[in-house]
Amino acid sequence: MSEKTPITLTINGRKHAIAVEPRRTLADAIREDCGQTGTHIGCEHGVCGACTIIVDGAPVRSCLMFAVQADGKAIRTVEGLASGDRLHPMQQAFMDHHGLQCGFCTPGFLMLAIGALEQEPDISDADLVDVLSSNLCRCTGYQNIVKAVRAAAKEMRK
Amino acid sequence: MTSAKIIGRSLPRREDPPLITGRGRFAADINFPGQWIMRVVRSPVAHGDIKGIDVSAPLAIPGVHAVWTHADVAHIPPIPFRLTGLKTLEPYRQTILADRIVRYVGEPVALVFADDAYVAEDAAELVVLDIAPRDVAMSASDAHATEADVIRKGYGDVDAAFANAHAVVALDLAVGRHTGVPMETRGAIATYDTARDLLEMHGAAKVPHWNRDTIARMLGREPATMHLHEGHVGGGFGIRGEIYPEDVAVCAAALHFKRPIKWIEDRREHLIAANHSRQQQHRVRAAVDKSGTILAIDNKFFHDNGAYMRTHAATVPDLAAAMLPGPYRVPAYRAIGHIRLTNKTPCGTYRAPGRYESTFVRERLMDAIAARCGLDTVEVRRRNLLDKNAMPHDVQLDTLGTHVVYDSGDYALLLDKALKLANWDTLQAETKARRARGELAGAGIALFVEKSGLGPFDMVRIEIKPDGVEVVTGNASVGQGIETVVAQICAEVLGARYDTIDVVHGQTDRIARGMGAFASRVTVMCGEATRMAAAKLRDLALSEAARLMQTTPERLAIADGEIVSRDGGASMPLTDLAGLSAEDTFESRHMVYPYGVHVASVRVDAETGGVTIETYAIAYDVGCAVNPRLVEGQLAGGLAQGIGGALYEEFLYDEAGEPLSVTFADYLMPTAHEVPSPLLLVTEDAPSPLNAFGLKGAGEGGVNPVGAAIASAIDDALQRPGAVTQLPVTPQRLKALLKR
Repeated sequence: MSEKTPITLTINGRKHAIAVEPRRTLADAIREDCGQTGTHIGCEHGVCGACTIIVDGAPVRSCLMFAVQADGKAIRTVEGLASGDRLHPMQQAFMDHHGLQCGFCTPGFLMLAIGALEQEPDISDADLVDVLSSNLCRCTGYQNIVKAVRAAAKEMRK
Repeated sequence: MTSAKIIGRSLPRREDPPLITGRGRFAADINFPGQWIMRVVRSPVAHGDIKGIDVSAPLAIPGVHAVWTHADVAHIPPIPFRLTGLKTLEPYRQTILADRIVRYVGEPVALVFADDAYVAEDAAELVVLDIAPRDVAMSASDAHATEADVIRKGYGDVDAAFANAHAVVALDLAVGRHTGVPMETRGAIATYDTARDLLEMHGAAKVPHWNRDTIARMLGREPATMHLHEGHVGGGFGIRGEIYPEDVAVCAAALHFKRPIKWIEDRREHLIAANHSRQQQHRVRAAVDKSGTILAIDNKFFHDNGAYMRTHAATVPDLAAAMLPGPYRVPAYRAIGHIRLTNKTPCGTYRAPGRYESTFVRERLMDAIAARCGLDTVEVRRRNLLDKNAMPHDVQLDTLGTHVVYDSGDYALLLDKALKLANWDTLQAETKARRARGELAGAGIALFVEKSGLGPFDMVRIEIKPDGVEVVTGNASVGQGIETVVAQICAEVLGARYDTIDVVHGQTDRIARGMGAFASRVTVMCGEATRMAAAKLRDLALSEAARLMQTTPERLAIADGEIVSRDGGASMPLTDLAGLSAEDTFESRHMVYPYGVHVASVRVDAETGGVTIETYAIAYDVGCAVNPRLVEGQLAGGLAQGIGGALYEEFLYDEAGEPLSVTFADYLMPTAHEVPSPLLLVTEDAPSPLNAFGLKGAGEGGVNPVGAAIASAIDDALQRPGAVTQLPVTPQRLKALLKR
């Protein structure tokens, strides 16, 4: 159980050579072994989506994936969204539309929404609400999140 | 003289930049070199005698350093009460680890300390518990549930009113067990610096100063030798930040092992170990005259507090009893609340504690009076509303150490505005037409008075820094936007630039006293203290600048961070006066009382028993909205939680006391699908006379009457007044109701 496997996690373009037990979750590896604590853990059973990241272009729950499964894959987390001081349109939209309060679920929502829109830029309103209902937020009541994502979708299509 | 109006504007939040870029510092993000991880071994039995705990197997695992049982923490007293701490309840306080008897599934029994979280969890599973089960009490209305105390409140001659009543309306109502469930689970990290004899705990929230003083006292230390630090907090809602056994345990262990000790709760633990709330059963009666006017209300209720009395002691049932009369004239009133203990997770407050419950009860009663007297549900309320000329209104009840006196309000005006906002008449016509076509559609309404701004004090220190202004408060952030609101008030009063104001909160080493973030008190108490300190600092700054600029203070003003001469000419930046500071304390013995009206319209699916909320309108008078968008955010967020309690969320147990709601697949919180986009109206018709800006709190007005409004709408959809008697209205319950 405590045998460790060497793997390389490529997070936001940067390689992290680490050794992990096979059972170590990707979420724990990103946070504890690679020091990227922007990805949050809310339930560890794949329901809340706070740990959502983008792996090879698709949003995934990093608590439901083992770190070894992500070896060699391209991982994107909230830390990689802004370039320097320039925020990603999704980050800007969350601020502009008061799409966050405590901010704990926010990284997961950002990655979920960005991943979904990159896959389907012209997603319908109904499908968008479907996608966003896969993550939980306890502060906002969701409507400002939906507004923010719609606004960012427009920006991202430009 | 102040600079351009800043209060009342929806400025961008000071809090957002780190949170949207992944630079937040939540409890789990904090690490110290050489730290050990603490894992809690919890009772799998709802009630039983601990015959033995075998810790030999876990101790044999490499990386496991120690396992503690009650004997290791026996010197630490049980956790004391923070609010409404009746002496009679003290025997029911919780100890750090179970002492001989376990009383709920999830009760801490042992603590494992290891190098790594995975190893600690492995080891915890190897602790062998020998527990002989006892009988369980699972309902507060069971005669054999322990009665910890009885709360009695009231005034007027209730019996005479009932004797002379035209009609008596009686209901038996129940609110389900649910709670705040913040997205961040609890966490605490303690360090001990031997050289300085300094104990510190990170992961604090809500009430850092009280927790510092209390944990220090429990561990036999001077409060000055201990500090608590609040990082980012992933949601509060009443339950996060109270002292729990785990907080004390990490501190005791850090002291003992002289190692940093880190504990992060997992979600299953959270759902069975952090405070539950809300579960009450009410047997309520109203005496009314022919016109539907209330003559008296008599309420007997049972509060299911779970296995122990935690920090809130009698707060929730006390508030339920004190706030039940709401916005109506109730000439005589009696409430008797039985606080009962059961073999479930102990309780505390959850956003609008006692009021989500008693508003449900009162507004169900109003609907029942309407049905009994043949009145429209709006008309019955209008007839009974307190008049604006009755303000301030002494309710003749006490709670939280204060006398309940509604400070200001124009309830009838807000009712009119809410009906207009919700398009009530159109809604009535449309739902009626749809029902005629066989649809189950209906609309409901609920009114309420909130309480906010609990004292007794708040203290603020403001200092001009070389690059801006620093405001230090003993208050706390739970995500509500304290940095933004306090910075706006400081900017307006002092004349500093909003974007240069840093607000420091939740650090016991930065300010001597602080009350913290609960009871919708922050904007009111900390806001007024900020205004006072900022006004003081402005006067100091003007005097000092006048000396430097060889003029008089009257000739100077501060605007946008610049000290300018009123007759043109020389100016200097405020930051040139770096080092200048002022502090002030706002004291208040009375709470302030915002109020609101919610209107819900729903569609019931007779096949599935599902309820869809089609429209939802909230009108809320906040006295003075410092940042209207944040007020709306509080209302919208509260609504989502209210919907959870009305339709989905419930902690269920089997008959042996085994909890059944231990994952997010069992405990159903609303998602973007279930929460409608509400119509929101924030009004400022009744500013509070108890502080300079007229501030009232916004935190709990979104959640307070949601169960009541949805219940009323479901009744209307079914055209069966009084059909809903229990929350949450789950599909199973609704189907059962439809069969009756």
